[in-house]
Amino acid sequence: MTAAPAVVLEAVSFAFGGGAAPFTFDCRFEPGTITAVMGASGSGKSTLAALIAGFEIPDSGRVLIGNTDFTGTAPASRPVSMLFQEHNLFAHLDAFTNVALGVSPTARIDAAQRDAVIGAFDDVGLSGKEHRLPGALSGGERQRVALARALVRDRPVLVLDEAFDGLGPAQRADMLDQVAALQQARNLTVIMATHEPADARRIAARMVFLADRSIAASGTVNSVLASDNPSVRAYLGSA
Amino acid sequence: MDRSVQPLTTWPQRHQGMRRPHALVIAGTVAAGLPLLLAVFAIAGLLVQAPGGSLTEALGALSSDAYLWRVARFTVLQAGLSAIISVALAVPVALALSGLLADGVTRRWLLVLFAVPLALPQIVTVIGITAVWGEQGAITQTASAIGVDLPSIYGLTGILMAHVFFNMPLAARLILGALDTVPGEYHRLADQLGLSGFSRFRIVTLPVIRRSAGEALALVFMLCVTSFAVVLTLGGGPRATTLEVALYQALAFDFDLARAVLLTFVQLGLTLMVVAAIGLSGGDAAAGDTTGLFRPVRARRSHTSRLSFGSLVLVLATLYVAAPIAAIVLKGIGSVSADLVVRADVRDALATSLAIAFASASLAVVAATVLAMAAAEQAAGRQFRGKPGFAEQMALLVPSLILVVPAMVIAAGWFIGLRAFEMQASAAPFIIVAVNAAMAMPFAARLVAPTLRASAERTDRLVRSLGVSGWDRWRLVTWPALRPSALAAFAFAMALSLGDLGVVALFGSTDLVTLPLLILRSMGSYRSSDAAALSFLLALLTMALSFLAIRLARHDRDGAAS
Amino acid sequence: MFRPTTLFATSTILGLVHVTLAFGQTPTLTVYTYESFAAEWGPGPQVEKAFETQCACDLKFIAVADGVALLNRLRLEAGRTDADIVLGLDTNLTTEAAATGYFAPHETELSALAIPGGWDDPTFVPFDFGFFAVVYDSEVVTDVPSSMEAFLAGDPSVKIAIQDPRTSTPGLGLMLWLKALYGDEAPAAYEKLAQRVLTVTPGWSEAYGLFTNGEVPMVLSYTTSPAYHRIAEGSDRYKAAEFSEGHYMQVEVAGMTTKGAENPLARQFLDFVVSPAFQDIIPETNWMLPSAATSKPLNPVFGELVQPKKAIALAPAEIAANRREWIDEWIAAFSR
Repeated sequence: MTAAPAVVLEAVSFAFGGGAAPFTFDCRFEPGTITAVMGASGSGKSTLAALIAGFEIPDSGRVLIGNTDFTGTAPASRPVSMLFQEHNLFAHLDAFTNVALGVSPTARIDAAQRDAVIGAFDDVGLSGKEHRLPGALSGGERQRVALARALVRDRPVLVLDEAFDGLGPAQRADMLDQVAALQQARNLTVIMATHEPADARRIAARMVFLADRSIAASGTVNSVLASDNPSVRAYLGSA
Repeated sequence: MDRSVQPLTTWPQRHQGMRRPHALVIAGTVAAGLPLLLAVFAIAGLLVQAPGGSLTEALGALSSDAYLWRVARFTVLQAGLSAIISVALAVPVALALSGLLADGVTRRWLLVLFAVPLALPQIVTVIGITAVWGEQGAITQTASAIGVDLPSIYGLTGILMAHVFFNMPLAARLILGALDTVPGEYHRLADQLGLSGFSRFRIVTLPVIRRSAGEALALVFMLCVTSFAVVLTLGGGPRATTLEVALYQALAFDFDLARAVLLTFVQLGLTLMVVAAIGLSGGDAAAGDTTGLFRPVRARRSHTSRLSFGSLVLVLATLYVAAPIAAIVLKGIGSVSADLVVRADVRDALATSLAIAFASASLAVVAATVLAMAAAEQAAGRQFRGKPGFAEQMALLVPSLILVVPAMVIAAGWFIGLRAFEMQASAAPFIIVAVNAAMAMPFAARLVAPTLRASAERTDRLVRSLGVSGWDRWRLVTWPALRPSALAAFAFAMALSLGDLGVVALFGSTDLVTLPLLILRSMGSYRSSDAAALSFLLALLTMALSFLAIRLARHDRDGAAS
Repeated sequence: MFRPTTLFATSTILGLVHVTLAFGQTPTLTVYTYESFAAEWGPGPQVEKAFETQCACDLKFIAVADGVALLNRLRLEAGRTDADIVLGLDTNLTTEAAATGYFAPHETELSALAIPGGWDDPTFVPFDFGFFAVVYDSEVVTDVPSSMEAFLAGDPSVKIAIQDPRTSTPGLGLMLWLKALYGDEAPAAYEKLAQRVLTVTPGWSEAYGLFTNGEVPMVLSYTTSPAYHRIAEGSDRYKAAEFSEGHYMQVEVAGMTTKGAENPLARQFLDFVVSPAFQDIIPETNWMLPSAATSKPLNPVFGELVQPKKAIALAPAEIAANRREWIDEWIAAFSR
């Protein structure tokens, strides 16, 4: 079991081109903890996730994971797995190959790795569906395949970008519980962008609240949700 | 639950930079440069042999040459009109092909039919067109039998009709390539929103085809600028003269190399101006929000009007393209004899044609793929946001310019160059393949580029997050998405190369006789029935190859969907 | 899948190259000619066989599109040619060809020549000749013109396909024919001609293709064209109209290059060209008239062809000097 790293965004500033206003993030995600990232649409949840995963590079500031500077590192070389809301799978490759890509970017694996992949399918409750194409799976099943891949990739940081938004309440709760169990078993640092307070309450210990492209509040889930920060209150729709 | 799976990978401590693969960009530049190099070398060859001072002299003569400027004006006029009409008709045809009959039998057979005009020598098709629309043509005669006098086609009308025959299928194929990348979600969404008719076209389709229609417009323009035999034969007289005729006069009759080079530049300059005016800025349709998983499922009942309109468009377009081909086939089929098929020169020409076409098409598709991958990489570099950079915009345009460098100039320039090293005989096959590949590459690139771009847009983040790169990315992600387009591009490039005789004819090597050249030779020696039979065989060959390519592509798609 | 394909193609092409390089021991004579001469069914194969039996050498044809392309091949080679003999230029090109300096005097005995009007060119040896003529479809054209004058004044709804003098030898021939008949009045004649023209094609093949396909009932071709249809197809549907003013003559010639002057086979070949062994082959393969005596009478069909009362020809030097100006005049008249 690897030690969970802390994720730190140190005075990070980032702007999309064309003179858009910059995002500024300065925060720390505790090791071995599930942190929910919440905020209104456009507040910067996905951008924050992309900065951690390496899809965007800060204009200034640093991204530290476990005290190592990963600011300019390619996504695949970071100790991070990411689940998107969509596009987690290659539509023309079957579920097994999609998961196998998490073990080896060549999808060529030996017997032990093969067993591990099969085991991951078992863990996410998809045994027997290994050779389906993504198109033949339900939305929830597709996200489970992606989660199985995150399992076999075995990176200490897991970033979820509204990954379960497309799912029904029961499936959603089930997936969240799986993530929580996974976090426990692997001692992961989980960063979960979501717009659903219930999600955060269900599995997260901490919360970072975003408003206007920067961090408005942070702390335990309950303290943030109960704070009288006007952005939080406006978001929750309660005065 | 047992979570104690041993770590399968340890995450790298080593820092890898964010560098995009530069090798791809370099390879793309090389691919884009190949046609350019062919043209530049040829022009340099001509200039080396042109007497000193003749360039300035020719330049002086050029500026005061009223004949030339009239010819230039007519060249742009006929090419511009041909391009506009061809593309305007190609859009509904492509829409009908993509929407109504997706993956249907009709679609396959029409694409097979549409390859034929590319491969037949122009002289053969021109005579085919007159057999339908000419003074004694089937349609003209039928109309006159019921008391309708159709106007004569000789003049601008005939030129445009022939150019539409050649280029509408081509433009439709290119636009269809772009339409095939429209995510099924868009159609689903449009169905759900009840978008139909024009609003559906404007909202769903237009953004996707604007770019490819613009490109098709530019390409067809370029093809028609260099039109020579069609323009003279159907133009009716010397009023219908293109710059290529002036170029032929300069090069062939006056052997004025400096003037030939200058006319080439005039042709290039006019083309660049027009292409710039067309403005290749067309919208970037984003496929990013979609998975490409869904195929359009149409509620047929709710689209009956579209169905009948689409069917009508297809029937008319098919008849228009098929009628001259039918005339050629009917004439040829009766002339085919066992003696002809086993004749040594026919077998040799068939083998030579196939070899040249295979080699050219392979080279064209490889170069086009590299180029399109480099362009997709550039687009990914800007995260598919904002305006494409200069290099990305020029990537497909620059290699296309080879189309307006006259084959005569390329052949003559390379001949002079190779002659200096006594290599004109041994290098001829390679030059012919290279030139054919360069001519086919712009079309191949436009078939593979939309697919590669859409694939990159859908998968770029995922492959980067998983670290799938290089050969593995090609094998696992790019090729499976690309394969149908690559096969289509291959068939397309083969048809183009099969039909080309520009460079082959001018290099004049007795050992390099292709099927089109043999057809021309037969026609030049009274042997019209041989020519008809060989044209029929060439059409048959083209259809067989296209059919094969489409079958291979379809097999792949079925495999992926099962 | 591309790799094997490319390999296959490349090896096939290399195979072709191999063929071109696989000769060499016996003395070689290289002859540049135009494509239809070298074609399987043209005079080329028979000429090659006949000459090789008397020279113990290898005769090699290199074919380019037409006579104009032949001259350009030499110009592009700028004197460093492989050709010993260039066969297929015509009298419209001989002045310019001689002026390039790439040709050596022929020094051939030409007493057997039978060219109307005689022959005194020191550089080129005529190997055949023909007369331009309006060829018509006898199933359509009933009112056959008997003179150029009558043709120009004829029914404008009965059309002819002609060739462009800028790009085609017969096209140039028709223009010179009218120029020779009408002199300074030629533009008026062109304008009358334009009334009868359906279209002006870039080459002979396009025009003749339209004609045999039934699109146009008349075409500018040769008096010998009907012979092909009679002999090869057994049809007398297509006929040439005889014009009382006479017919413009085209003479096709062979010349020896300065390189060929060093090769004894070249001189031997020029002698061969005007011998019956060569001349016998010409009529029914090149469908032109022999320039010198044959060993046996021609196929009787040739005797039934139009025999022009007068052979019209402008001097090659005059053509070379005025061609550009005359073509401009022709374009102007046709654009009106």
